[in-house]
Amino acid sequence: MSQNRLSPLVTVLLLIGAAVMLMPMLWTLLLSFKSNAALMADSGSAFAPPWTLENYRAIFAGSLTTRWLVNSLIVSAGATIGVLVLSSLAGYGFARLEFPFRRTLFVIVLLGLAVPEQAVILPRHQLFAMLGLHNSYPGLILPSLTGSFGVFFMTQYFRAIPPELDEAALLDGASRFTLFWKVLLPLTLPAQATLGVFTFLASWNDYWWPLISATTSDYFTLTVGLASAQMNYAQTSGLGFLMAQAVFASVPILVVYIAFQKQIVSAMAGTAVR
Amino acid sequence: MTTARRDRWTGYAFVGPFLLVYAAILIVPLLMGIVISFNNADLFGRREWIGLANYSQALGDPVLHQAFFNTLTLTLLIVPPLTAIALMLALALNRSTRLAAILRGVFFSSLVLSVTIVTLIWRFILTPDAGLIAEGLQAAGRAPIPFLSDPDLVIPAIAAATLWWSLGFPIMLFLAGLQQVPGDIYEAAALDGASRWTVFRRITLPSIRRTLLLVVMLQTAAQLQIFGQAQLLTGGGPGGASRTIVLYIFEVSFGRWELGYATAIAELLFGMILALTLLQYWLVTRHEGTRA
Repeated sequence: MSQNRLSPLVTVLLLIGAAVMLMPMLWTLLLSFKSNAALMADSGSAFAPPWTLENYRAIFAGSLTTRWLVNSLIVSAGATIGVLVLSSLAGYGFARLEFPFRRTLFVIVLLGLAVPEQAVILPRHQLFAMLGLHNSYPGLILPSLTGSFGVFFMTQYFRAIPPELDEAALLDGASRFTLFWKVLLPLTLPAQATLGVFTFLASWNDYWWPLISATTSDYFTLTVGLASAQMNYAQTSGLGFLMAQAVFASVPILVVYIAFQKQIVSAMAGTAVR
Repeated sequence: MTTARRDRWTGYAFVGPFLLVYAAILIVPLLMGIVISFNNADLFGRREWIGLANYSQALGDPVLHQAFFNTLTLTLLIVPPLTAIALMLALALNRSTRLAAILRGVFFSSLVLSVTIVTLIWRFILTPDAGLIAEGLQAAGRAPIPFLSDPDLVIPAIAAATLWWSLGFPIMLFLAGLQQVPGDIYEAAALDGASRWTVFRRITLPSIRRTLLLVVMLQTAAQLQIFGQAQLLTGGGPGGASRTIVLYIFEVSFGRWELGYATAIAELLFGMILALTLLQYWLVTRHEGTRA
């Protein structure tokens, strides 16, 4: 990184850009603290008091929003744990073990990187209908587990660990699995954090699949639930309530993001660009 | 050699679980899709082999042509500016001052939002009925602009919302790429008295060639599949002026239940994305073999 300070002109341009980035979010935040009635009369009133917590109270008092939040948490956590387990196991296998068809299988997995969601989403919807998986947590989680990126990412990471470690542990009589679990896995924690955060983020914000797989509002994730609220905006909830829902839905993901920001950026520097 | 034989298959205990899921939920649907696209199929299991009829219907479908044109316009309005702005921001923010660290956080922030929230926010920025922009125009004594109901403005409006939403990830990738460039090259260039522009063109740009390729490929593939913004902001309107290919796939499959036809369109889109990705890869890497 450069040590130089920014020139004044660039600084001013950057601050204007930052204002453009933040303005919509701050405005949303302000709107969420206004009563629906006040906004109905004049949405410009957001910039002046009185502000109120009534929209947030309404979210906790019996709206489906909290249920959707729990669904999103279950689905995203399930997807994250699943991807980490499957990718770590497969990454170790591809990086370290010799077995028949290893290269062929790895190439087949890598080809998955070139398959866009559109090529599989409709037939997958049919498949899951046959298996009775729609409107269920496994139905919402399973598609996230097919990502080739995690396997590729973990394979690269395991390859970067010196193989002498394996040999030493195997000479000490450790089994392959002990070696993987006790010796190598702890060394991959930074990669787990990065892959985990990106998986969580992608799953939390996924829209297309939960939109068609979860058709009863009990299984909506926050993304789909908020979309349905937005579509019905005119008839049902007020602007302030909608904005409070948006803020409420963004808080968990912001917390995850801020907590892991260091790992994300440093791990990207090490791996994503190789 | 019993241990060796056992070892020969141990690998499958590790790669097996992923491969099983991968085969069942990715490869099987991928192949099913190809078969379904040759059928007159609906959502409820009806199948009738009709060969290439879905594909010939797609070639002559004016609604698809318009969706294709809209999607292409959106991609062209988003990918080049997004790449340029992200690169400029990464260059400016690639320094260890406190202000740069804070601004990095600001420019990354929108990437954590879901499409639902982005459209919710932007709907109330763009709406002429007391939206944020309309309030500003009103304060300046001007009439509000109906961004989302004007057929000429709706595509640029969706592109603007998408730009705002998508900036963070390319900046991250560029920052990561820039940090791989060895600092002593810059010092040598400074000693030689090279201008900033020369340094950028001769050193920085060639060094981050692969990152640039990655950003353009990822963004092109993503924007060709643009869906949520159009569905939530406009529903494809007014009069189909913002209908994208994936929105049309959604309408044909879940609105008209014509699964076979929708799948054929999806396969065409898949082919298009694959071809463009390969083309971009070839364009950027074809000189690399000769470049030492």
